Amino acid sequence: MENQAIIEAEELTKKYGHQIAVNHLNLQIREGEVFGFLGPNGAGKTTTLLMFLGLTEPTSGKVRVIGFDPTRDPFHVKEKVGYLPENVGFYDDMDARQNLQYIARLNRIPDKISAGRIDESLKVVDLLEEVGKKVGTYSKGMRQRLGIAEVLIKEPKLIFLDEPTIGLDPDGTNRMLDLIHSLSREKNITIFLSSHLLDQVQRICDRVGIMIKGGLVAMGPIEELAKKKLGIDKEHYTLEEIYMKYFKEA
Amino acid sequence: MEDHFSSIRFLLISALIVMVGVIIASMVGMGIQEESKGMAKPTFLFLWLFTSTGKLFSFVQFIGFFGPLIGIFLGFDAINRERVSRTLSKLLSQPIYRDSVINAKFLAGVAIITVVLVAIVLIISGLGIRLIGVVPGSEEVFRLVIYLIASILYIAFWLGISILFSVVFRSTATSALASLAIWIFFSFFVSLGAGFMADAVAPISQSSTGVDPNMMIKHEQVQRTISLFSPMTLYNEATTTILDPLRKTTSSLILMGPLERLSLSRFESPLPLLQSLFIVIPHLVSLVAITFLCFGVCYLAFMRQEIRTV
Repeated sequence: MENQAIIEAEELTKKYGHQIAVNHLNLQIREGEVFGFLGPNGAGKTTTLLMFLGLTEPTSGKVRVIGFDPTRDPFHVKEKVGYLPENVGFYDDMDARQNLQYIARLNRIPDKISAGRIDESLKVVDLLEEVGKKVGTYSKGMRQRLGIAEVLIKEPKLIFLDEPTIGLDPDGTNRMLDLIHSLSREKNITIFLSSHLLDQVQRICDRVGIMIKGGLVAMGPIEELAKKKLGIDKEHYTLEEIYMKYFKEA
Repeated sequence: MEDHFSSIRFLLISALIVMVGVIIASMVGMGIQEESKGMAKPTFLFLWLFTSTGKLFSFVQFIGFFGPLIGIFLGFDAINRERVSRTLSKLLSQPIYRDSVINAKFLAGVAIITVVLVAIVLIISGLGIRLIGVVPGSEEVFRLVIYLIASILYIAFWLGISILFSVVFRSTATSALASLAIWIFFSFFVSLGAGFMADAVAPISQSSTGVDPNMMIKHEQVQRTISLFSPMTLYNEATTTILDPLRKTTSSLILMGPLERLSLSRFESPLPLLQSLFIVIPHLVSLVAITFLCFGVCYLAFMRQEIRTV
C-alpha cells in the first residue's frame, strides 16, 4: 500500500473569469507521506485544495482523491478526507466537546462512538483540560489544535492543512509541527500541507512542491531539489535558498 | 438546526410574542365581554378574539405587520454568519450535501415559526376561553387552522427573502438592512403606489355630473391588482376572509346610504367555510408560489456561489 497514489491530479486548471488561478497542474501524492505545498500568497494553493475537496469545480482536468472524483462524488471524498482551513472558525458559544460533537453528527457518527473519539482526539491535541471552556475564549494556538481534533473525529486517511501554523507563537508552532509529524508517523495519515513558512516545511515534510503563479515549478524530496538547483557540492542548504532560486526564475 | 432554540434571539422573539399574545387576548377578551353582555351569543364569537381590534390592534393585524419581522429576524444572518465566523468552509467539507445546509436553515426557521405561532394561538384561545367562556366550534377551529397555515407560509416567505440576502451579502448588517428595506417597501409604498397608479390610469373626476361608475370600478380594479403584488395585501385579504365569515368579498367597494346598509345588515349571514375557502384559495396559492420562488432563487444562489473565504 505504501506507494499507492492517494491524490492524482492531471492537467488540473481553474480559471476565475480570465484570471488563471491554477494552470495545468500535474501532481501525485503517495499514501503516508507528508507533502509540503509551497508558494507565495495568491499562487493558487488554496484553490487547489478546494478543488481536491470538491468545494470548487475545476475548469478542466482530472483529479482523483482516495480513488474518487471530488467533483462528481464529493460525498465519499469528504467522508475520509479532513480539511483544516486557514483561520478556521468554530461556534464560539459552544465548548470544545459540543463543537466536536456537532461535527461528529454531521459525519453521521453515532453519539456512543463519537464520545470516545472526541476524548481521544482532544487528548491527542492536548486540550482535555480546557474542554469545558467556551471556544470563544480560546487562544489562537488552542483553536488551531482544536481544528486538528475536529479533523481527527472522522478518522481520515488524508488531511489537508491550509497554513496550519500561521499566526502562532514559537511554542504553538512547535507543538503544531510535532503534532502533524506524530499524526503521520503514528496514525499513518497522509498529510498535505500548504504553507509559505519554509523552515517549518523543511522540518516535517518528506517531499515538497513549489507552486508559483498557478503552475507547479518543482516537485520532489528536498535533498533532490537541492542537488538540482544548488549543486551537489553544497552540504548545508536551506529550503529557503532553493525556493528563492525558483522564485526568481519564475 | 438546533442552535435556534437555545439562542438569545429566540428567547427574545418568543418573549415578545407571548407578551403581545397575552395583552391582546386580555384586552380583546375584556372588550368582547363588555360588548356581548346581555346579548344572545353572536355567531363566531370565538374568532372575534383574533380579529377584533380591541383598544389598539387585533392579533391578525399584528401578525400581518410584524410577522415579516419575525421571518427576517430568523434568517437575515443564516449563511453569512457562518461565513464571517469562518465555519462555512469547514461545514461544507463535512460529508453532507451542499443543499442540505440551506434546506436545514430554511426548514429550521419554518419549524420555529410554526411552534411560535401555534403557541400564541393556543395562549390567546386559552385565555379567551377563560375570559369570555365560549368554546370554539369545529368550524371555528378549522378556520383557525387555515389561518395558521396562511401565516406560516407568509412568514416563511419573509424568511426566504432574508436568507436570500444572507447568501448574497457578505455582511450581516447589510443583509438585515436590505430585508428591512423590502419589508418597508411592501408594507407602505406598494399600497401608496397602487393609489397613484390607479389615479393615473383611471382618474375619478369630481365633476358636477357625479362620478362615472365605470370609471370608479376601473379605478378600484387597478388599485387592487397592483396592491396584490404585495404579499402583505395577499395575506391580509386571505386571513380576514377566513377569520371573519361575515365579510362577503375581499374588496371593499361599498357605496351606499345608511338605509341600504341597514337593510343589508338585517340579512347578513356568515359565509360557509367552503365558500370562504374558495375565495382565499388563489391567495393561498400565490403565497405558496412566492415563498417557493423566493426559496428557489436563494437555493440556486447558494449552490452556485464560490466558497472561497478570502
